Amino acid sequence: MKKKLKFAPVLVVHTLLLGLGLIWVFPFIWMITASFKTNNEYITSGINLVPQQIQFSNFARAWETARFSVYFWNTLIVTVSVVVIIIALCSLTGYAIGRFRFRGRLLFVSAITATLFMPKGYTIISIYSLVNALGLNNSLWGIIIAEVGGGHVLFILLFVAYFRGLPKELEESAEVDGSGFVRTFATIMLPLAKPIIATTAIMQFMWSWNAFLMPLTLTLSKPELRTLGVGMFQFVGENTMDWTGMAAAASISLVPILAVFIMLQRYFIEGVAGAVKG
Amino acid sequence: MQTIVPKALRRPAHRARLHYRTRKELWCLAFIAPQLILFILFTLYPTIMSYVYAFFNWNGYGSLKDFAGLANFKETLLDPYFWNAFRNSLLFMVALVAIQVPLALLMALLLDANWLRGKVFYRTLYFLPVVTTTAVVGLVMRFVFGAYKGLLNEVLLTLGLIDTPVNWLGSTETAMTIVILVGIWKSFGMKLVYWLAGIQSLPKELFEAARIDGASPWQLLRYLTLPLLIPVGSVILLISAVNALHVFDLVKTMTDGGPAFQTDMVDLYIYRYAFSGSGEARIGFASAAGVLYGIVVMLISVLLGLLVKWSGGRKASGAA
Repeated sequence: MKKKLKFAPVLVVHTLLLGLGLIWVFPFIWMITASFKTNNEYITSGINLVPQQIQFSNFARAWETARFSVYFWNTLIVTVSVVVIIIALCSLTGYAIGRFRFRGRLLFVSAITATLFMPKGYTIISIYSLVNALGLNNSLWGIIIAEVGGGHVLFILLFVAYFRGLPKELEESAEVDGSGFVRTFATIMLPLAKPIIATTAIMQFMWSWNAFLMPLTLTLSKPELRTLGVGMFQFVGENTMDWTGMAAAASISLVPILAVFIMLQRYFIEGVAGAVKG
Repeated sequence: MQTIVPKALRRPAHRARLHYRTRKELWCLAFIAPQLILFILFTLYPTIMSYVYAFFNWNGYGSLKDFAGLANFKETLLDPYFWNAFRNSLLFMVALVAIQVPLALLMALLLDANWLRGKVFYRTLYFLPVVTTTAVVGLVMRFVFGAYKGLLNEVLLTLGLIDTPVNWLGSTETAMTIVILVGIWKSFGMKLVYWLAGIQSLPKELFEAARIDGASPWQLLRYLTLPLLIPVGSVILLISAVNALHVFDLVKTMTDGGPAFQTDMVDLYIYRYAFSGSGEARIGFASAAGVLYGIVVMLISVLLGLLVKWSGGRKASGAA
């Protein structure tokens, strides 16, 4: 560490990392620039990235004609609802498990941990019929509740570990001041858990925004409920020749999550790292 | 618990305390109740039902009455397409674990180096595919590997490496390789972050001591970093393998199992029967395939889990 590395090797490493990194994200650059080209130009431009004339007609086509405006709002509603509900559920669960011993605690923890390795794919059939049985098959609530219904072991464990680490005196002094169970949680403990809330929010936002199998299955016969990922998938099948329209549609799905990620990436990567370390 | 309750009852003075404890316990149960109800409805019940469905011929509508016994299981085991998908899933898993996990470790070691600047930038760069909607990735990859005006073909044509465009995703010879490459690319950033987390949780004092004793960077890596990473590494291996065995979105959007079932995976196979676009859905049969595959995945998880346990990975992963 103390020994200064020579300039040349560092430069070589940077060149390699940058070069590989460019190849790594090149498909995205290529796609986003394609969304500003005309179909004609896309076909003739080869590997030339820069559009002759920046024009937004592809976005207009995707947003209006291909109904990506609908899909966008669906995705936003589902994602935000899922994130809020999951934070509520996991913080409540994490608080109870992390700070108290009660009957059935161990059983509950083992049950949710067991689902960590459980395949999601096979249960989709029953979830589908359950959503139908609950009469939620024609609303976004079906997708929301199905996504919320998983174990969320990771987030629960994050909250458990965090709440467990808080000093016991916090609670005791709150009780002395006459604060009840719920009020202690809501006004003292929960605000302290902000880092975990942030981690959960960011990670779940990404997962929900990108969810595919569940929304696909639950919207098979209801195009008006499609989310961006599903809409994208169906769009590809229907408009095989509209390259730049598809590129624009893909950009619409991609840019919001990329923006969220780049703004919050520090918390995000720390969150994942924290989750791995437990 | 049981030992506390009778003791408290014997002494009336402690009744108030007992009451206090019970109230707390009730609040705890109330706090986990919403999660528990949703867990039972949307995780536990569906899991149990998928085992039940496997014993019936059922199209998803009406009541379960056509009991099939083991017929669905037998049909799965005799279906060459199931074994084709099974082989592809295993191939995908082995390729991802063997290529992606070590490469991510190399990159993580590099991105952990103290002398390197711009780490956050590089991490973001390599993490980008992870954040991306898989359906979009599937589409983008069609742009990249498409036969007609695809990016890769354009590049290779410009460089003069090929004369005629190659149909990368449409050819039985190249499709699986491309799917594996894209699979590695898509989740590489996640494995990178796992490794980084592992590396950063290593005890710093140990490295300081070794450095003072005059260990070279290579010796530090060979005799400290790598051995100490084995527990975390086995956890990463386990997560990677299980995730890879359940690849769905990526293949569904990129090739949908084609061409000629060359990239078919078990999860796609199951989906096809459960929600087939054409003809009658066969949920019983799909469930049987799911149960059989689930057993295989569980066996692999248990084997890797033993590795985790043997290497002390549980301790390292925090057992929160």
